[in-house]
Amino acid sequence: MKYRLTRKQKKMLIRIIAAGVLCGLIALITHLLEIEGILKLILFLIPYIIVGYDVLRTAGKNILHGQVFDERFLMAIATIGAFATGEYPEATAVMLFYQVGELFQSIAVGRSRKSIASLMDIRPDHAVVIRDDQELEVSPDEVTKGEIIVIRPGEKIPLDGTIIEGHTTINTAALTGESMPCDSGEGDRVISGTLNLTGLIKVRTESEFSQSTVSRILELVENSSEKKAKVENFITKFARWYTPCVVIGAVLLAVIPPVFTDISSWAEWSKWIGRALVFLVVSCPCALVVSIPLSFFGGIGGASREGILIKGANYMESLSKIDTVVFDKTGTLTKGKFIVDDIHPSQVSVDLLLDIASVAESYSSHPVAESIINAHKGHIDKSRLGKVEEIAGRGIKAEVDGEVYYVGNGKLMEDIRSDWHECHLQGTIIHISKGTEYMGHIVINDEIKSDSKDAMAKLKAIGVKKTVMLTGDKKAVADHVGEVLGLDEIHSELLPADKVSRVEELLKTSGTLAFVGDGINDAPVLTRADIGIAMGAMGSDAAIESADVVLMDDKPSKIALAIRTARRTMRIVWENIIFALGVKALILVLGAVGIAGMWLAVFGDVGVLVIAILNSMRALRRLPE
Amino acid sequence: MKKTFELEDLDCAHCAQKMQDAIAKIDGVDSVIVNFLSQKMTLEAADEKFDDILKQAIKTIKKVELDCTVVL
Repeated sequence: MKYRLTRKQKKMLIRIIAAGVLCGLIALITHLLEIEGILKLILFLIPYIIVGYDVLRTAGKNILHGQVFDERFLMAIATIGAFATGEYPEATAVMLFYQVGELFQSIAVGRSRKSIASLMDIRPDHAVVIRDDQELEVSPDEVTKGEIIVIRPGEKIPLDGTIIEGHTTINTAALTGESMPCDSGEGDRVISGTLNLTGLIKVRTESEFSQSTVSRILELVENSSEKKAKVENFITKFARWYTPCVVIGAVLLAVIPPVFTDISSWAEWSKWIGRALVFLVVSCPCALVVSIPLSFFGGIGGASREGILIKGANYMESLSKIDTVVFDKTGTLTKGKFIVDDIHPSQVSVDLLLDIASVAESYSSHPVAESIINAHKGHIDKSRLGKVEEIAGRGIKAEVDGEVYYVGNGKLMEDIRSDWHECHLQGTIIHISKGTEYMGHIVINDEIKSDSKDAMAKLKAIGVKKTVMLTGDKKAVADHVGEVLGLDEIHSELLPADKVSRVEELLKTSGTLAFVGDGINDAPVLTRADIGIAMGAMGSDAAIESADVVLMDDKPSKIALAIRTARRTMRIVWENIIFALGVKALILVLGAVGIAGMWLAVFGDVGVLVIAILNSMRALRRLPE
Repeated sequence: MKKTFELEDLDCAHCAQKMQDAIAKIDGVDSVIVNFLSQKMTLEAADEKFDDILKQAIKTIKKVELDCTVVL
């Protein structure tokens, strides 16, 4: 990808090249003409000042402000010290390499920022709004809520809204990482940032641009770097004492050995001062301080491209350590869309049973009630419904056509002493009784998602120790689902408060626990778990708000991918830490012993920095399946 | 009032941290975040004092990293 240097960077590059060339020439000249002493010093000062004047100036300024352990000040001391001990070419080379390192760092960080930004380039840049019957092209943030916008085939959908005219297919890959197109027509919601494929649609906007899904995702990723991981905090603390320690080590190295060997010899002093200067050169923990946040930023950016939003580096860290995953059943492992599987009437017709049940449930928004209503083919006359009373944990008592009916579970039938019987089929059974006269029952099932089984297999394959399901559904249904999917533990017939206490119990025996739900009514459990994962969040504000990790689509198989991404990011972070610290330690030892000269030390330091930054960028790459 | 500003030529992660710590100490600042990776500063302070505090923040930024400029 093309990266253009900033003006500041171009200037620096010119200075470096000029100084480098000069340095080389002067080295040659002084060698050939055997120039020594003051003349040699002055000659080498030229490239030195060309390449290093800003370092010296900043060092001086910072000292006045009281910042002693500033890397520029230490660099200044190191190089001036080198001049003082007669190592003119070394001093200049050190400054040169240091500036090369700084430039590399600046370019590498700039390129990384650009990579991540272009990855996240899901932001739409224009919208066509209809005002006074005219189509106007405007910036998306100029459209107010409730206005009508036109989106042509091939265009990015600029704002969240509802289709009021037209029919099309939509590619949600930008948000979810999935390229399976989705049919949408009038009345369907569309989400900003997705791509309109086939048809022209008119959409009534439902939020302003700053509140739209695409803006919130971008904000989330940008702000994610503020939530520091434990590793980051550790490194920050480490960096704070690392520099002073190395500097003190340098002072000790410069002073103690000559005192013990030959206190009067200037050669001895300058030898040890020379070695101490190497310490100063390696005293900057920059490679770590820059590369680690960059690794996390890259990891989070890369994950967002797959439709996995991780809200902070700390969550990324916890995600990598997950050994227990707890699932909510309905809507997470199952589609949450109940369908009537079968109708078993007793002494009445199928139609009558369904009819009574539909009318009784006609005002309920419970998914089970909706499935019954959906199964009813004709028109449901709600005026036939009289008084309705909800009986918690049981069902309802409703007046239909003037008669009292009980619609609910087996416990309800027991309570009213109806002569009911169980059903031999699996599922949620809704019994209907006219008074105490049993009418029959309706079998309703919640479809398991097609990739739930695969999701479990993937989790096991990556080493998750325990998979648990929590549900308010009855035991038989829960056990059946659990068996099909191969879950380790099943807890059924739970009230919402029970779910929280089950999670608390599980937390005691697990390392790091994740809870996966649909975010809307799982808020307390999501908060209680170590990591709260909300699924199917596309378009759901509540889900995006309440969870730590948000999966834009509703495929449970993405969880394994999220965990693998987190693990890889942490691996890269640790690789950088060990590599950077290892090389620095090596340089310190070699420097103390006299093997590593100053310019070799700078070279090593710069190398570590560049390699660490390049390694961080690996976090952006797609994981193989 | 809470406002976010872009920072140009913020090249040193350590400097970003130093800036954040220093600006946080300015009298009247409710919160400040300097984000090195996105090159942005988010400053929160009382409405009446905001412009004044912003000026002080800019001075602080210049002290830490001379070339860094705040895009107003």
